[in-house]
Amino acid sequence: MYKYDLYDQAIIDARVDEFRDQVRRRIAGEITEDQFKPLRLKNGLYLQLHAYMLRVAIPYGTLSSRQLRMLARIARTYDRGYGHFTTRQNIQYHWIKLEQAPDILAELATVEMHAIQTSGESIRNISADHYAGAAADEIEDPRPWAELLRQATTFHPEFSYLPRKFKIAVTASPVDRAALRWHDFALRIVRDEARDTGFEVFAGGGMGRTPFLAYPIRAFLPAEQIFSYLQAVLRVWNRHARRDNIHKQRMKILVHELGEAEFTRQVEEEFGHVLKLGTDFPRVEYERISAHFAPPPFETGLSEDIDRSDPEFALWVDRQTVPHKAPGYAIVNVSLKKVGGIGGDVSAEQMDAVADVAEAFSFDELRVSHAQNLVLPHVRKQDLYMVWQALDAAGLADINLDLVTDIIACPGLDYCSLANARSIPVAQKIATRFADLDRQLDVGELKIKVSGCINACGHHHAGHIGILGVDRKGTENYQLLLGGSGAEDASPAKITGPGFDEDGIVDAVERAVERYRALRDPGERFLDTYRRVGFEPFKEAIYG
Amino acid sequence: MKILTGNDLPSGAVIWWAGDGWSRHVEDAVDVGEAGEATLTREEGARRVNSAYMIEAVATPEGPRPAHIKDRIRALGPTVRPDLTLKPADPDAGSWVI
Ligand code: SF4
Repeated sequence: MYKYDLYDQAIIDARVDEFRDQVRRRIAGEITEDQFKPLRLKNGLYLQLHAYMLRVAIPYGTLSSRQLRMLARIARTYDRGYGHFTTRQNIQYHWIKLEQAPDILAELATVEMHAIQTSGESIRNISADHYAGAAADEIEDPRPWAELLRQATTFHPEFSYLPRKFKIAVTASPVDRAALRWHDFALRIVRDEARDTGFEVFAGGGMGRTPFLAYPIRAFLPAEQIFSYLQAVLRVWNRHARRDNIHKQRMKILVHELGEAEFTRQVEEEFGHVLKLGTDFPRVEYERISAHFAPPPFETGLSEDIDRSDPEFALWVDRQTVPHKAPGYAIVNVSLKKVGGIGGDVSAEQMDAVADVAEAFSFDELRVSHAQNLVLPHVRKQDLYMVWQALDAAGLADINLDLVTDIIACPGLDYCSLANARSIPVAQKIATRFADLDRQLDVGELKIKVSGCINACGHHHAGHIGILGVDRKGTENYQLLLGGSGAEDASPAKITGPGFDEDGIVDAVERAVERYRALRDPGERFLDTYRRVGFEPFKEAIYG
Repeated sequence: MKILTGNDLPSGAVIWWAGDGWSRHVEDAVDVGEAGEATLTREEGARRVNSAYMIEAVATPEGPRPAHIKDRIRALGPTVRPDLTLKPADPDAGSWVI
């Protein structure tokens, strides 16, 4: 994992001191809320429905046990004993006191964490494949590049007042586990014929009110030119962005209005200028950062055998673990989606328990997935039974990865001041309806994603089944969408028709699932069947 | 009726204008009639409240019930965490919100 050097630590510590003074001035009345709000947002502090909310950045979703224990400590000491992992691999606390926020940031700084650029018109936390550094199918670990871009863009004056927020994701596998094409700027590590590393670059994606998939702007960009290319993209956006209209400020709107060809032309022209400025990082800097991500000392000669005599354990292994690049190891997915629970929420005790497991069995490393689950990236197969038992004791051995109850849901109207409707109760009711594991396994991979408003933090546009909460004359109403994907076969979901109330949407989802079961060919997922047979048979099932 | 709500500045807690100060409990909220805007300006200026606003509510025997679900959730706490509501002992608390 990346370790702060003296400069990193000094910057973060100074930022805490600065914010402490800003909070003092606000409470003393020396500055108004209008003056203070942009300052607190630059430190990830929102005012939400019940209190202040603090969003803490988890760069590319990677945590150490020590960091997770600190997140637990903050939940226990300053919040109400829990935190909520988000779809951008961050964590949010929903019961924060303004007067304690500087102390929280000071505690976070002791474990090399902060809340900078988790809000506002900035380059947000850079996300990555949550199996990075472990996946059997990756070309190389994408996180050094994410870290390099993080360092290059944090506090960069040119990127401090962007037209709107800007989201970056990086992966290195043909399988997309980071929703690349739903980002403003996305990179997939590839190799050319000479085996040199480069990026396939995508630009102009995003969800929200107007969903667009990022388009491939460059098939191959030499890796060492990445910062110049990013600057070129940001400059073209900055030059033309509609700062006068909040609904048109995201880069996806500019790409759409200029057209992909013209946007690409302008970026390439700008890239030609920027490249000459020589602002790219020297190879030695990449190597310095990359050294922090050296693989852990994997043992060799380990057995691949797993004792499957306990059927429940065997099922958990089949569903919750995936292949690792090192022989004898597995990647373990820790479900935060207990049926009837709150997806992504985890108690301080559970955080401590997972941190203990990671320390003992996963080289002290953890990951947060954008699907709001946790990952133990490097577990010896021979230790899986002990890991399963430890997770089970903490209430974290649920089996549902990518199944119908592994639902993404944003905080919605239970917590969020922008919401139109509650997301969590809908997710809970759907999960409860499909609680039977045999039924879940029969339905197979099915990604349901719920957002409480058009901002789409719950990724409803990318759901095989998406649900969007709307306000219909003061009451909660839910629109159903079908056919979205956030994977390498990315597609925006399509609204089916009139919305439903809370119970109605659960019934509608079940009717769609049953129609799929009736129509599917062998081996087809819900999404495959939907794509093969089209919208109408599902619409007919849903609306009769 | 019209009532005032906002957040306590240092703690962020949801508060309601009770006529002579701010209360954590919506049942203490009073009808501000035409005096709402003036009260908001005065209280914000004195930093006794943050991001305050006026809402419609319905008078009930148990006290004011905010007209919009968002403010009913603010009044009580998240519907999905009955253990964290302001009325954890009240079995009807959740249905009050909806
Ligand atoms: S989608 Fe809307 S309701 Fe949900 S967290 Fe985002 S802004 Fe809030």
